[in-house]
Amino acid sequence: MYELTLHEIRDKIKNKEVKIIDVVNDIYSRIDKVEPKIEAYVSFTKETAIKRANELQEKLDNGEDIGPLGGVPIAIKDNICIDGTKTTCSSKMLENFVAPYNATVINKLVEAGAIIIGKTNMDEFAMGSSTATSYFKNTKNPWNLERVPGGSSGGSAAVVSSDMAYASLGSDTGGSIRQPASYCSVVGMKPTYGTVSRFGLIAFASSLDQIGPFTKDVEDMAIMLNAITGKDKMDTTSVDIEYPDYTKALDKDIKGMTIGIPTKFLGEGLNQEVKQRFEEAIEVYKSLGANIKEIDLDYAKYALATYYIISTAEASSNLARFDGIKYGHRAEDFEDLIDLYKKSRTEGFGTEVKRRIMLGTYVLSSGYYDAYYKRAGQVRTLIIEDFKKAFKDVDVIALPTAPNVSFKFGEKTENPLEMYLEDIFTVPVNIAGLPALSIPCGFAETSKMPVGLQLIGNLFEEEKILSVAHAFEKNTEHHNMKPNI
Amino acid sequence: MKVSEEEVKHIAGLARLKFTDEEITKYTKDLAGIVEFAEQLNEIDVTDIKPTAHILNIHNVFRKDEIGKSYDREKLLQNAPTKAAGCISVPKVVE
Repeated sequence: MYELTLHEIRDKIKNKEVKIIDVVNDIYSRIDKVEPKIEAYVSFTKETAIKRANELQEKLDNGEDIGPLGGVPIAIKDNICIDGTKTTCSSKMLENFVAPYNATVINKLVEAGAIIIGKTNMDEFAMGSSTATSYFKNTKNPWNLERVPGGSSGGSAAVVSSDMAYASLGSDTGGSIRQPASYCSVVGMKPTYGTVSRFGLIAFASSLDQIGPFTKDVEDMAIMLNAITGKDKMDTTSVDIEYPDYTKALDKDIKGMTIGIPTKFLGEGLNQEVKQRFEEAIEVYKSLGANIKEIDLDYAKYALATYYIISTAEASSNLARFDGIKYGHRAEDFEDLIDLYKKSRTEGFGTEVKRRIMLGTYVLSSGYYDAYYKRAGQVRTLIIEDFKKAFKDVDVIALPTAPNVSFKFGEKTENPLEMYLEDIFTVPVNIAGLPALSIPCGFAETSKMPVGLQLIGNLFEEEKILSVAHAFEKNTEHHNMKPNI
Repeated sequence: MKVSEEEVKHIAGLARLKFTDEEITKYTKDLAGIVEFAEQLNEIDVTDIKPTAHILNIHNVFRKDEIGKSYDREKLLQNAPTKAAGCISVPKVVE
């Protein structure tokens, strides 16, 4: 039954067709079989999961409501804190860190009845596009074990793709949910900045970070959003609005809706085989009666440079807390306090994390602030204005999620810029704080690797994205394809 | 803007990181490449454009200063590399 969707297994549990403990045991036996090949998990929470399965079953048998995620096994990216559980960010720095509290999203998932089964592998401190910067291991793409699952939430994408969890949570700073969702052929969404509390998410770039779900289909995505969105007093950037029931956005007729395509921006390094699938997806929308409109996003091509200034500047500041004093790795031999800081950080962080701390420190350093950080903030304003203008004429914007399909291990490692270019279509969304979703839209002809369609909405217009994505899913078969593992 | 090895050494000090000479050469090359890439932003006229630090219109949030329940000291201390008398212990700071 591991191959079922979240809503299917949830309904079976509710209708007492299956026992929750059997669902949990079934997913762990699936993990026993597949995980040795994929290596997507960094730790498991089996003991608590089994205990919780029994508790929830008792409640259900007593006629109590066990919630919209009642009894469903879910996996969590290892940068989200779970009380009493190791939270490592896939870094040597936090190898032995045990979180002393729950992230707000964890409390919310538990409240909704979910069962957390384990923590997933990621790029170290969420910095990367391949999950290969993890200190622990390389997670493989379930569609081809020689290729990367994408990143930074590669583990969370791979576990859903290979039926080792019914859904998972990731985090997205520049595409870290959408790009791996695209590479692994699952649905992944970054909600509007501020709709999901970041309390308990280990910070990378605070003005860009957002938690979001991976699911097997769009209906599951709506259910997960219902569970995790909301104002939280522990995160002052979380937004106090009336949150809708996202499942009501499903099954909407999209006839007459307008989908914008930034044709000129699309020209930037887009692989021909990805382009083919993207154009076919647009044909599907035309056949469903949507209007297709060409739009200009003149500043979007500058989003990547803007992103690497802003995100590294914020990261260098956020990661200053890892000093070997209060928690995390501490060097054993040192001369004085400064030497303790330096040795602990040098031993605890990997190459990509150090590179980004260095770049961030550089752009914030005396004499360069105006030239880089301030200017990036100004270009950010221009990128936001671009989107505002576009959303006056269109309901959603469509783009491929990534310019290429998943690449092989060892490719794109020589020059860091090559890897950064994989984020070209996803970073503008974080720069502007918008919601966006990646949905499977087929496979590239030569490599047979998955391609993702990205749908971007205006601020707080997750519902429009879900309507448009659901219409696509109902009229295509891509989401039903499973990797052969 | 050309990034020099001297500059990278200075930045490493600010970032509290240590590198071997070989690493300094590698990071200098990497940083130079990324900084050159970032300089495409110089093509844009940003006169009178207000920088965005945060996408939402956020403002200070105030609350009453009330005593509440805090985290358990022992639990927080479990992650400290060294501790003494209910505190995190650190190497000598003042000579």
